[in-house]
Amino acid sequence: MHKALVMEVDACTGCHQCELMCSYGKVGAFNPAKSVMDITQYDGGAINVPSTCTQCQEAWCMVVCPVQAITVNPSTGAKEVSAEVCVGCKVCTIACPFGAINYDPDSGVVTKCDLCGGEPMCVEACPTTALAYVAEDSTGYDKMLRSATLAAGLDAPRA
Amino acid sequence: MSWTGNVLRVNLSAGTCATEPTNMEWAHDYMGQRGLATKYLVEETDPKVDPLSPENKMIFATGPLTSTIAPTSGRWSVICKGPLTGAIACSNSGGFFGAELKNAGWDMVIFEGKSASPVYLDITNDVAELKDASDLWGKSVWETETTLRDRRGDPDVRVASIGLAGENGVLYAGVVNDLDRAAGRSGVGAVMGSKNLKAVVVRGTVGVKVADPMALMKSSNAAKEILAEHAVTGTGLPTHGTQVLMNIINEVGALPTRNCQDVQFDGAHDISAEAMAEVRESDGQANLVSNHACFGCPISCARRSKIDPTHFTVKDKPQYQHVSGGLEYEAAWALGAANGVNDLEALTYANFLCNEQGLDPISLGSTIGAAIDLYASGAITEEDTGGVALEFGNTEAFVSMVEATARGEGFGKELGQGSKRLCEKYGRPELSMTVKGQEFPAYDPRGIQGMGLTYATSNRGACHLRSYTVSSEVLGLPEKTDPLVTDGKAGLVKAFQDLTAGVDSSGTCIFTTFALSGDDIAPMVDASCEGDWSVERFVEVGERIWNMERQYNIAAGFTGADDTLPARLLKDAAKTGPAKGHVNRLDEMLPEYYELRGWDASGVPTAETLNRLGL
Repeated sequence: MHKALVMEVDACTGCHQCELMCSYGKVGAFNPAKSVMDITQYDGGAINVPSTCTQCQEAWCMVVCPVQAITVNPSTGAKEVSAEVCVGCKVCTIACPFGAINYDPDSGVVTKCDLCGGEPMCVEACPTTALAYVAEDSTGYDKMLRSATLAAGLDAPRA
Repeated sequence: MSWTGNVLRVNLSAGTCATEPTNMEWAHDYMGQRGLATKYLVEETDPKVDPLSPENKMIFATGPLTSTIAPTSGRWSVICKGPLTGAIACSNSGGFFGAELKNAGWDMVIFEGKSASPVYLDITNDVAELKDASDLWGKSVWETETTLRDRRGDPDVRVASIGLAGENGVLYAGVVNDLDRAAGRSGVGAVMGSKNLKAVVVRGTVGVKVADPMALMKSSNAAKEILAEHAVTGTGLPTHGTQVLMNIINEVGALPTRNCQDVQFDGAHDISAEAMAEVRESDGQANLVSNHACFGCPISCARRSKIDPTHFTVKDKPQYQHVSGGLEYEAAWALGAANGVNDLEALTYANFLCNEQGLDPISLGSTIGAAIDLYASGAITEEDTGGVALEFGNTEAFVSMVEATARGEGFGKELGQGSKRLCEKYGRPELSMTVKGQEFPAYDPRGIQGMGLTYATSNRGACHLRSYTVSSEVLGLPEKTDPLVTDGKAGLVKAFQDLTAGVDSSGTCIFTTFALSGDDIAPMVDASCEGDWSVERFVEVGERIWNMERQYNIAAGFTGADDTLPARLLKDAAKTGPAKGHVNRLDEMLPEYYELRGWDASGVPTAETLNRLGL
């Protein structure tokens, strides 16, 4: 089974370490502007929302690409952009409902999360539990457990 | 590598922006940020210059580790001659502005001269332009930042600006970035205001390359692991913020209270981290909303707070009812204990005002404390204060003084000159709790002896961030020393001063040093920068910087006689707590400190010392 990136808003402190590592993996420099993981801050940083591509099963970016520049990596399930094939038409950026694929004017092609080949650098960099890489059938499980625990009036689940 | 190699020189008199290469010879000797920018200032300005004249320069500086994967890589500094002290001023800030400036491709921005009318500097990578700020003059930091962000239409731009305090020449006005992070001390905001520079807006997409990325990741990961596992950086600071100290320092008997009349405050718990987390009866919420990280920081010690909307300070003021930067320990102490005020919500409001208008809460709180002491002694009356009965513990009176200072109105104009000038004006200079004109922070040197030497010898006037011996004397890091003993403190202060100068100049945060030693930090510099950066070189650069700053101050007119403390700390013994009966015994530490520094008996670096350090 493939794994998926999960992002926990409550745990994110907005430190941007994930963006630093991501950008290094993408362009070989520490440059948050080139990261495909993005932290959006609200209330001056009281709320921090990490977001990136969730690797849709039926990926609209891939479907609409006129030159088949986006393909599935069978080992990770990631939809990966080939910089050699991409012509920079940006149709995928319109098709993606989440804004998770974007055009980079410096390289002339689109960029998106490719799960770093199965070892996401953002997860490695995250100093909290805000980012995790888990089996794709359990992305909501921890959240469900927390909600249930809260509903039961407990601090932690117990048998 | 790691340095961008570019300096932006902005001549405000001529209205020009020019690029020049970073002096790499200096970068190798002074690293970056605090050290490198001070070297530029020393070389380019007369130490006797009037700090608020066009001839003073102001430098925004990043370090070689700024915006790298090294933990806490969001630091930047403002360097100039300080108007509060007349000494070298270097004020360090976190947030996100510094990393953005580095990402735009700049090691530093040097501002010189004075603009004929208000301007702001607009930077996008290598394009820099001065723009009219007439419509922003008179606006707060919050309004300025929001306006400029909206004007650019880019949510990722970062802004550093001054509020009314900087415009009005409050001598402890700060430069505020990201709404509530501040280069707060020594009046760097007043220098910015004197140049008619309202703000700097920056967007950077160039990024930062380092010499050996793999080695940096390895050393950074090792450092992050140590920080995560350490009790202070992994648990205490993320959970409680710097406010974790309020109850601890009070119990040690080193919480300067009511303008240093006492060393313990009976209201300490009411204004502590623990109190910030307690749920209020009025709205069912706690003052503390969450913690928050500066750029690149795994510690995440910053506070986000929300004031009780029913509190008298904000009841009819929706603009202060949102979530914003909450109380840090120094602010909670200065605004609270120093004035005998134990109203947490009022202190949070005062802190918001400091962020909104760009004031240093340490100097502001301490100055109000001195004013209350003047009032108690009869040196000032209600005629001076505009009808306000200034008494310790009077929350309403305290809040009215904060508002008056933030707006530059009435007695607030006097308070804006700092406690030294205030107390001198009214004939009671001994009531000013300052060194070299700067108010000292939240550690009473009668209860923590090493902090007395720290304040007395700090190059920017009294300051805890130049050698935080509290770490050793109270927290036992890296080794416990007795806070009431003077033996060994000279060496401790020197070691902390040199290491801190190095950490500041690297572009990382000194809070890492609770857990990290030079042996952990130097490898990150070594991996990022050209050349070999051993821990010995790292600390030697720190020592070189310290002596350079000292030389600047001597040239500015300071002498060994200025390395002293207010008489109250040297003569009036602490009345309660573990330090009861103790004064600060500076005379037992200072001569040894001079000797260890390689300075003569009057505190001047010897020729041998200067030669050894290449000065």
